[in-house]
Amino acid sequence: MELDNIEKLLEKYFEATTTVAEEKTLQAYFSQESVPTHLKQYKPMFNYFSNAKEERYTKQVPLKPRKDFYKWISVAAVAVLSFGIYFGNQYQEKRQAEYAYQETKKAFELLAENFGKGTEKVAYLQEFEVAKQKIYNNN
Amino acid sequence: MKQAEFLNVVMPFKDKLYRLAKRLLVSREEAEDATQEILLKLWSKNESMGEYKNVEAFAMTMTKNFCLDRLKSKQAGNLKLVHSNYSDESTSLQGQLEAEDSVRWMERIMEELPEQQKMVLQLRDVEQYEFEEICELLDMKPTAVRVALSRARKTVRQELVKKHSYGIG
Repeated sequence: MELDNIEKLLEKYFEATTTVAEEKTLQAYFSQESVPTHLKQYKPMFNYFSNAKEERYTKQVPLKPRKDFYKWISVAAVAVLSFGIYFGNQYQEKRQAEYAYQETKKAFELLAENFGKGTEKVAYLQEFEVAKQKIYNNN
Repeated sequence: MKQAEFLNVVMPFKDKLYRLAKRLLVSREEAEDATQEILLKLWSKNESMGEYKNVEAFAMTMTKNFCLDRLKSKQAGNLKLVHSNYSDESTSLQGQLEAEDSVRWMERIMEELPEQQKMVLQLRDVEQYEFEEICELLDMKPTAVRVALSRARKTVRQELVKKHSYGIG
Protein backbone atom coordinates (compact mmCIF):
# COMPACT_ATOMS: atom_id res chain seq x y z
CA MET A 1 0.00 0.00 0.00
CA GLU A 2 1.59 3.27 -1.04
CA LEU A 3 1.95 6.00 1.45
CA ASP A 4 0.08 8.45 -0.73
CA ASN A 5 -3.01 6.39 -0.69
CA ILE A 6 -2.90 5.93 3.08
CA GLU A 7 -2.50 9.63 3.65
CA LYS A 8 -5.47 10.33 1.45
CA LEU A 9 -7.53 7.73 3.27
CA LEU A 10 -6.54 9.22 6.61
CA GLU A 11 -7.71 12.61 5.49
CA LYS A 12 -11.03 11.15 4.42
CA TYR A 13 -11.15 9.15 7.62
CA PHE A 14 -11.09 12.23 9.81
CA GLU A 15 -13.82 13.80 7.72
CA ALA A 16 -15.81 10.61 8.28
CA THR A 17 -16.24 9.99 4.57
CA THR A 18 -14.43 6.67 4.33
CA THR A 19 -16.31 3.46 3.73
CA VAL A 20 -16.10 0.47 6.02
CA ALA A 21 -13.80 -1.26 3.53
CA GLU A 22 -11.43 1.70 3.45
CA GLU A 23 -11.38 1.80 7.22
CA LYS A 24 -10.48 -1.88 7.25
CA THR A 25 -7.58 -1.06 4.95
CA LEU A 26 -6.40 1.58 7.39
CA GLN A 27 -6.68 -0.77 10.33
CA ALA A 28 -4.75 -3.41 8.46
CA TYR A 29 -2.09 -0.90 7.48
CA PHE A 30 -1.56 0.34 11.01
CA SER A 31 -1.48 -3.15 12.44
CA GLN A 32 1.83 -3.84 10.70
CA GLU A 33 5.12 -3.23 12.43
CA SER A 34 6.75 -0.63 10.23
CA VAL A 35 4.86 2.60 9.93
CA PRO A 36 6.51 5.84 8.80
CA THR A 37 7.36 8.09 11.71
CA HIS A 38 4.98 10.88 10.83
CA LEU A 39 2.09 8.38 10.87
CA LYS A 40 3.13 6.62 14.06
CA GLN A 41 0.88 8.78 16.15
CA TYR A 42 -2.20 7.17 14.58
CA LYS A 43 -1.06 3.68 15.35
CA PRO A 44 -2.49 3.48 18.90
CA MET A 45 -5.86 4.62 17.64
CA PHE A 46 -6.28 1.94 15.01
CA ASN A 47 -4.69 -0.73 17.13
CA TYR A 48 -6.99 0.13 19.96
CA PHE A 49 -10.03 -0.23 17.75
CA SER A 50 -9.02 -3.58 16.36
CA ASN A 51 -8.22 -4.83 19.84
CA ALA A 52 -11.44 -3.54 21.30
CA LYS A 53 -13.28 -5.77 18.87
CA GLU A 54 -11.71 -8.81 20.48
CA GLU A 55 -13.33 -8.28 23.82
CA ARG A 56 -15.88 -10.98 24.65
CA TYR A 57 -18.81 -11.35 26.92
CA THR A 58 -17.67 -14.36 28.88
CA LYS A 59 -20.47 -14.78 31.33
CA GLN A 60 -23.00 -17.51 30.95
CA VAL A 61 -26.16 -16.43 29.23
CA PRO A 62 -28.54 -16.76 32.14
CA LEU A 63 -31.70 -18.33 30.83
CA LYS A 64 -34.11 -20.28 32.87
CA PRO A 65 -36.79 -22.20 31.04
CA ARG A 66 -39.86 -20.19 31.58
CA LYS A 67 -42.55 -21.82 33.64
CA ASP A 68 -46.25 -21.56 33.01
CA PHE A 69 -46.54 -20.88 36.68
CA TYR A 70 -48.40 -17.62 36.34
CA LYS A 71 -50.81 -19.05 33.86
CA TRP A 72 -51.94 -21.71 36.30
CA ILE A 73 -52.21 -19.22 39.13
CA SER A 74 -54.52 -17.11 37.04
CA VAL A 75 -56.61 -20.14 36.13
CA ALA A 76 -56.97 -20.98 39.81
CA ALA A 77 -57.85 -17.40 40.63
CA VAL A 78 -60.57 -17.32 38.00
CA ALA A 79 -61.99 -20.60 39.30
CA VAL A 80 -62.10 -19.35 42.88
CA LEU A 81 -63.65 -16.10 41.79
CA SER A 82 -66.42 -17.72 39.76
CA PHE A 83 -67.20 -20.15 42.57
CA GLY A 84 -67.39 -17.25 44.92
CA ILE A 85 -69.72 -15.32 42.69
CA TYR A 86 -71.92 -18.35 42.10
CA PHE A 87 -72.29 -19.38 45.71
CA GLY A 88 -72.36 -15.81 46.90
CA ASN A 89 -75.29 -15.18 44.63
CA GLN A 90 -77.11 -18.22 45.89
CA TYR A 91 -76.63 -17.14 49.45
CA GLN A 92 -77.75 -13.65 48.61
CA GLU A 93 -80.90 -15.00 46.94
CA LYS A 94 -81.70 -17.14 49.93
CA ARG A 95 -81.32 -14.17 52.23
CA GLN A 96 -83.54 -12.06 50.04
CA ALA A 97 -86.18 -14.75 49.84
CA GLU A 98 -86.18 -15.12 53.59
CA TYR A 99 -86.47 -11.40 54.02
CA ALA A 100 -89.36 -11.24 51.59
CA TYR A 101 -91.05 -14.11 53.39
CA GLN A 102 -90.66 -12.39 56.75
CA GLU A 103 -92.03 -9.17 55.36
CA THR A 104 -95.01 -10.90 53.82
CA LYS A 105 -95.63 -12.74 57.02
CA LYS A 106 -95.56 -9.47 58.91
CA ALA A 107 -97.95 -7.97 56.42
CA PHE A 108 -100.32 -10.90 56.73
CA GLU A 109 -100.17 -10.72 60.48
CA LEU A 110 -101.07 -7.09 60.33
CA LEU A 111 -103.94 -7.93 58.05
CA ALA A 112 -105.06 -10.77 60.31
CA GLU A 113 -104.97 -8.50 63.31
CA ASN A 114 -107.08 -5.92 61.60
CA PHE A 115 -109.48 -8.59 60.42
CA GLY A 116 -109.71 -9.80 63.96
CA LYS A 117 -110.67 -6.30 65.08
CA GLY A 118 -113.20 -6.21 62.28
CA THR A 119 -114.86 -9.46 63.28
CA GLU A 120 -115.02 -8.30 66.91
CA LYS A 121 -116.95 -5.27 65.84
CA VAL A 122 -119.11 -7.34 63.56
CA ALA A 123 -120.00 -9.46 66.58
CA TYR A 124 -122.05 -6.50 67.88
CA LEU A 125 -124.14 -6.71 64.76
CA GLN A 126 -125.35 -9.99 66.13
CA GLU A 127 -126.92 -8.09 69.06
CA PHE A 128 -128.69 -5.93 66.59
CA GLU A 129 -130.11 -8.94 64.85
CA VAL A 130 -131.27 -10.42 68.13
CA ALA A 131 -133.01 -7.23 69.07
CA LYS A 132 -134.59 -7.08 65.67
CA GLN A 133 -135.91 -10.63 66.03
CA LYS A 134 -137.36 -9.79 69.41
CA ILE A 135 -139.25 -6.90 67.94
CA TYR A 136 -140.52 -9.06 65.10
CA ASN A 137 -141.64 -11.75 67.43
CA ASN A 138 -143.49 -9.34 69.68
CA ASN A 139 -145.44 -7.94 66.82
CA MET B 1 -38.80 -20.03 20.31
CA LYS B 2 -36.84 -22.68 22.15
CA GLN B 3 -33.87 -21.89 24.32
CA ALA B 4 -31.39 -23.33 21.86
CA GLU B 5 -32.85 -21.36 18.98
CA PHE B 6 -32.79 -18.20 21.02
CA LEU B 7 -29.14 -18.74 21.88
CA ASN B 8 -28.36 -19.24 18.22
CA VAL B 9 -29.93 -15.90 17.42
CA VAL B 10 -28.31 -14.08 20.31
CA MET B 11 -24.82 -15.57 20.33
CA PRO B 12 -23.45 -13.76 17.25
CA PHE B 13 -24.05 -10.31 18.70
CA LYS B 14 -23.92 -10.70 22.45
CA ASP B 15 -20.31 -9.53 22.46
CA LYS B 16 -21.31 -6.40 20.59
CA LEU B 17 -23.92 -5.65 23.22
CA TYR B 18 -21.35 -6.14 25.92
CA ARG B 19 -18.77 -3.94 24.21
CA LEU B 20 -21.26 -1.15 23.67
CA ALA B 21 -22.35 -1.40 27.30
CA LYS B 22 -18.77 -1.31 28.43
CA ARG B 23 -17.99 1.66 26.23
CA LEU B 24 -20.77 3.59 27.91
CA LEU B 25 -20.60 2.30 31.45
CA VAL B 26 -16.82 1.85 31.55
CA SER B 27 -16.89 -0.63 34.39
CA ARG B 28 -16.72 -4.26 33.42
CA GLU B 29 -19.12 -5.42 36.13
CA GLU B 30 -21.67 -2.82 35.18
CA ALA B 31 -21.38 -3.79 31.54
CA GLU B 32 -21.81 -7.46 32.35
CA ASP B 33 -24.90 -6.73 34.43
CA ALA B 34 -26.31 -4.59 31.66
CA THR B 35 -25.72 -7.27 29.05
CA GLN B 36 -27.34 -9.88 31.23
CA GLU B 37 -30.31 -7.63 31.78
CA ILE B 38 -30.71 -7.03 28.05
CA LEU B 39 -30.45 -10.74 27.25
CA LEU B 40 -33.09 -11.55 29.86
CA LYS B 41 -35.35 -8.87 28.46
CA LEU B 42 -34.91 -10.31 24.99
CA TRP B 43 -35.63 -13.77 26.28
CA SER B 44 -38.82 -12.62 27.93
CA LYS B 45 -39.87 -11.21 24.57
CA ASN B 46 -38.82 -14.21 22.58
CA GLU B 47 -42.31 -15.02 21.37
CA SER B 48 -42.59 -11.75 19.52
CA MET B 49 -39.00 -11.79 18.36
CA GLY B 50 -39.93 -13.11 14.94
CA GLU B 51 -41.67 -9.82 14.28
CA TYR B 52 -38.52 -7.77 14.49
CA LYS B 53 -36.73 -7.50 11.21
CA ASN B 54 -33.39 -7.15 12.81
CA VAL B 55 -33.00 -8.59 16.28
CA GLU B 56 -29.44 -7.38 16.51
CA ALA B 57 -30.33 -3.76 15.81
CA PHE B 58 -33.21 -4.03 18.25
CA ALA B 59 -30.93 -5.43 20.95
CA MET B 60 -28.29 -2.78 20.31
CA THR B 61 -30.85 -0.02 20.66
CA MET B 62 -32.11 -1.62 23.86
CA THR B 63 -28.56 -1.71 25.20
CA LYS B 64 -27.98 1.89 24.30
CA ASN B 65 -31.15 3.02 26.03
CA PHE B 66 -30.53 0.86 29.04
CA CYS B 67 -27.00 2.17 29.52
CA LEU B 68 -27.99 5.79 29.05
CA ASP B 69 -30.75 5.34 31.63
CA ARG B 70 -28.23 3.74 33.92
CA LEU B 71 -25.86 6.67 33.51
CA LYS B 72 -28.63 9.15 34.10
CA SER B 73 -29.72 7.50 37.31
CA LYS B 74 -26.13 7.30 38.50
CA GLN B 75 -25.66 10.96 37.83
CA ALA B 76 -28.88 11.80 39.60
CA GLY B 77 -27.73 9.80 42.57
CA ASN B 78 -24.49 11.76 42.46
CA LEU B 79 -22.55 8.56 42.09
CA LYS B 80 -19.73 8.00 39.70
CA LEU B 81 -19.27 4.72 37.98
CA VAL B 82 -16.17 3.17 39.35
CA HIS B 83 -14.35 0.51 37.56
CA SER B 84 -11.64 -1.78 38.74
CA ASN B 85 -10.81 -3.48 35.49
CA TYR B 86 -7.33 -2.16 34.95
CA SER B 87 -5.72 -5.47 35.65
CA ASP B 88 -7.88 -7.30 33.16
CA GLU B 89 -7.02 -4.84 30.43
CA SER B 90 -3.39 -5.62 30.85
CA THR B 91 -3.83 -9.34 30.46
CA SER B 92 -6.24 -9.33 27.53
CA LEU B 93 -5.05 -6.38 25.48
CA GLN B 94 -1.53 -5.61 26.43
CA GLY B 95 -0.15 -8.85 25.22
CA GLN B 96 -1.05 -7.97 21.68
CA LEU B 97 0.28 -4.49 21.91
CA GLU B 98 3.85 -3.40 21.96
CA ALA B 99 3.04 -0.10 23.55
CA GLU B 100 0.91 -0.96 26.54
CA ASP B 101 0.66 2.61 27.71
CA SER B 102 -1.02 3.78 24.56
CA VAL B 103 -3.96 1.45 25.18
CA ARG B 104 -4.61 3.03 28.51
CA TRP B 105 -4.13 6.40 26.99
CA MET B 106 -6.65 5.62 24.27
CA GLU B 107 -9.03 4.27 26.86
CA ARG B 108 -8.82 7.48 28.79
CA ILE B 109 -9.33 9.58 25.68
CA MET B 110 -12.39 7.52 24.78
CA GLU B 111 -13.81 7.95 28.26
CA GLU B 112 -13.60 11.70 27.94
CA LEU B 113 -15.74 11.80 24.80
CA PRO B 114 -19.40 12.79 25.01
CA GLU B 115 -21.73 9.79 25.08
CA GLN B 116 -23.01 10.21 21.57
CA GLN B 117 -19.54 10.40 20.08
CA LYS B 118 -18.50 7.41 22.14
CA MET B 119 -21.35 5.38 20.72
CA VAL B 120 -20.77 6.48 17.14
CA LEU B 121 -17.08 5.73 17.38
CA GLN B 122 -17.74 2.38 19.01
CA LEU B 123 -20.31 1.35 16.43
CA ARG B 124 -18.26 2.49 13.47
CA ASP B 125 -14.62 1.97 14.27
CA VAL B 126 -14.93 -1.04 16.53
CA GLU B 127 -18.01 -2.83 15.27
CA GLN B 128 -17.78 -1.45 11.74
CA TYR B 129 -21.45 -0.89 11.21
CA GLU B 130 -22.59 0.89 8.08
CA PHE B 131 -23.86 4.45 8.38
CA GLU B 132 -27.47 3.48 7.77
CA GLU B 133 -27.31 0.96 10.59
CA ILE B 134 -25.85 3.49 12.98
CA CYS B 135 -28.57 5.98 12.05
CA GLU B 136 -31.17 3.37 12.83
CA LEU B 137 -29.53 2.24 16.06
CA LEU B 138 -28.98 5.65 17.51
CA ASP B 139 -32.01 7.29 15.96
CA MET B 140 -29.88 9.99 14.34
CA LYS B 141 -29.75 11.68 10.95
CA PRO B 142 -26.94 10.56 8.60
CA THR B 143 -25.33 14.00 8.63
CA ALA B 144 -25.43 14.08 12.41
CA VAL B 145 -23.72 10.70 12.54
CA ARG B 146 -21.01 11.90 10.18
CA VAL B 147 -20.44 15.07 12.14
CA ALA B 148 -20.28 13.22 15.45
CA LEU B 149 -17.94 10.61 14.02
CA SER B 150 -15.64 13.18 12.45
CA ARG B 151 -15.54 15.15 15.68
CA ALA B 152 -14.83 12.09 17.75
CA ARG B 153 -12.01 10.97 15.47
CA LYS B 154 -10.49 14.43 15.42
CA THR B 155 -10.67 14.71 19.19
CA VAL B 156 -8.91 11.39 19.54
CA ARG B 157 -6.25 12.50 17.04
CA GLN B 158 -5.78 15.81 18.83
CA GLU B 159 -5.30 14.10 22.16
CA LEU B 160 -2.90 11.62 20.65
CA VAL B 161 -0.89 14.37 18.98
CA LYS B 162 -0.76 16.23 22.26
CA LYS B 163 0.60 13.18 23.95
CA HIS B 164 2.98 12.49 21.10
CA SER B 165 4.50 15.94 21.16
CA TYR B 166 4.92 15.80 24.93
CA GLY B 167 6.82 12.65 24.33
CA ILE B 168 5.28 10.87 27.30
CA GLY B 169 4.97 7.13 27.36
